Amino acid sequence: MAKSWEEINARIAAGEAVVVTSEEFAEIAADSGLKSAAKRVDVVTTGTFGPMCSSGAFLNFGHSDPPIKMGEITLNDVPASGGLAAVDTYLGATEPSKTKGIEYGGAHVIEDLLAGKAVRLKATGPGTDCYPRTEIDTWVTLDDLNQAYLFNPRNAYQNYAVAVNSSDRALYTYLGTLLPHFGNATYCSAGALSPLLNDPTYRTIGVGSRCFVAGAPGFVAWQGTQHNPNQARDEHGVPVAPSGTLAVIADLKEASREFFSAATFTKYGVSAFVGIGVPIPVLDEEIAVTLALTDADIHATVFDYGVQRRSRPALGRVTYAELRSGTIEVEGRKVPTGPISSLPKARRIAAVLKEWISERGWTLSQPLMPLPQPGTQSTKPLEIRTEEAI
Amino acid sequence: MARRRLDLTFPPRQATKPVAYHLVKDFDLTPNILRAQIQPGQQGRMLVEVTGKRESIDAAVEFLAREGISVAPAAADIVLDTDACVVCGLCTAVCKPGALTLEEGTAALRFDKDKCVYCEACVVCCPRRAVSLTF
Repeated sequence: MAKSWEEINARIAAGEAVVVTSEEFAEIAADSGLKSAAKRVDVVTTGTFGPMCSSGAFLNFGHSDPPIKMGEITLNDVPASGGLAAVDTYLGATEPSKTKGIEYGGAHVIEDLLAGKAVRLKATGPGTDCYPRTEIDTWVTLDDLNQAYLFNPRNAYQNYAVAVNSSDRALYTYLGTLLPHFGNATYCSAGALSPLLNDPTYRTIGVGSRCFVAGAPGFVAWQGTQHNPNQARDEHGVPVAPSGTLAVIADLKEASREFFSAATFTKYGVSAFVGIGVPIPVLDEEIAVTLALTDADIHATVFDYGVQRRSRPALGRVTYAELRSGTIEVEGRKVPTGPISSLPKARRIAAVLKEWISERGWTLSQPLMPLPQPGTQSTKPLEIRTEEAI
Repeated sequence: MARRRLDLTFPPRQATKPVAYHLVKDFDLTPNILRAQIQPGQQGRMLVEVTGKRESIDAAVEFLAREGISVAPAAADIVLDTDACVVCGLCTAVCKPGALTLEEGTAALRFDKDKCVYCEACVVCCPRRAVSLTF
């Protein structure tokens, strides 16, 4: 028995919707069967909280007197883009500080703004007839800014690699420290709680979907960068390696430090843990199948980061249940595992989203445009060419 | 056989005393120095795990106290800033002795001080810089 978006939203608005987290849905389906679960439950909430490098914020500072057209801009010594209008900027999460390097970066500035701290803004400009000032040195807080919104070009990766290291030295990567000779394996996905693993073929998540972004109500703005729906998939259509991605937008002023946390990966760089959650309507039994999948049903591919090339050798597949057990087997070796995506935070996000919908009447939005579907596009490589070869 | 972790603080004048030698020769203990910060003329500290007979360990502790070295049970030198920690679990991936683990089911972070060898791998890898070593 199918349900429409309108029916589900009407039930949410009336405070009658049955909303559960993805983990709870799997339990309900196991207890009472998929058919009954699909009929009874209206919305399933998801969550993920991992480092998502492609994140950042657009900020507008307002005009000083006399005004300045900001060219070179720093916030707490972290460079921000001067390539926009006079007092607009984009601060990227991974930008390192000019004085503290990767121990403090764009993500840390955003976290400090969220903490209510004043941030030192310095900028220089060319001095024009309309913007005569050439230098500014001041302090701003999040409240002082006219607009501040997160616009994260690539979040919520649909599945991710499991990293191991076959080489004879420790590697410092965006997936943490990889110990030599297969000394450990790290992985980064919320598994069965992850938004896009619950809706693997993007039936309900698309451009315009309302979602949870770093504690704020936000939207899916576009397909994320490197969105690759053409990844290998299992019998449920669930990708077994990094696949779809989301670009998301939300008001930074409504975000929270609890769900946006700066990160420094030693000898790698700055990143930001971002909390993302997307509610999924239980439209029919077909979507219920993937909503009911557990960590034991979802696979990730193990890649050898000891081979420092674009295409790293794949060393087999493991399930998220195996990864969470603390040990996986890679080519006959027992390898201890450790996550990078926080499961307690992912659960918290799914729970908060559930509360928004069931207790605050937060309705869902049907996509205005679907994300590129499987079979439509793949990620292209960057080839190194000379001018003559073009 | 008993095993105990001792946190020794040396006053400046005692900092060069060959303590490990006495633990072995006089008390038949096996010392395993986990961490030490000793410089002539300055207060020093040594974190040592001793294995041997219970009475021998007690006697060694008395000897150290007589020598003016203050002995405390090994304190929680690894400090986790729980406000900064996001429970990502990455530290558990580099903790070879298995002192840092995630609880099954809840995925809560657990620290077993007795297993820690103060290698600082977690301090270096923590993306939140939430782990520190106070010694």
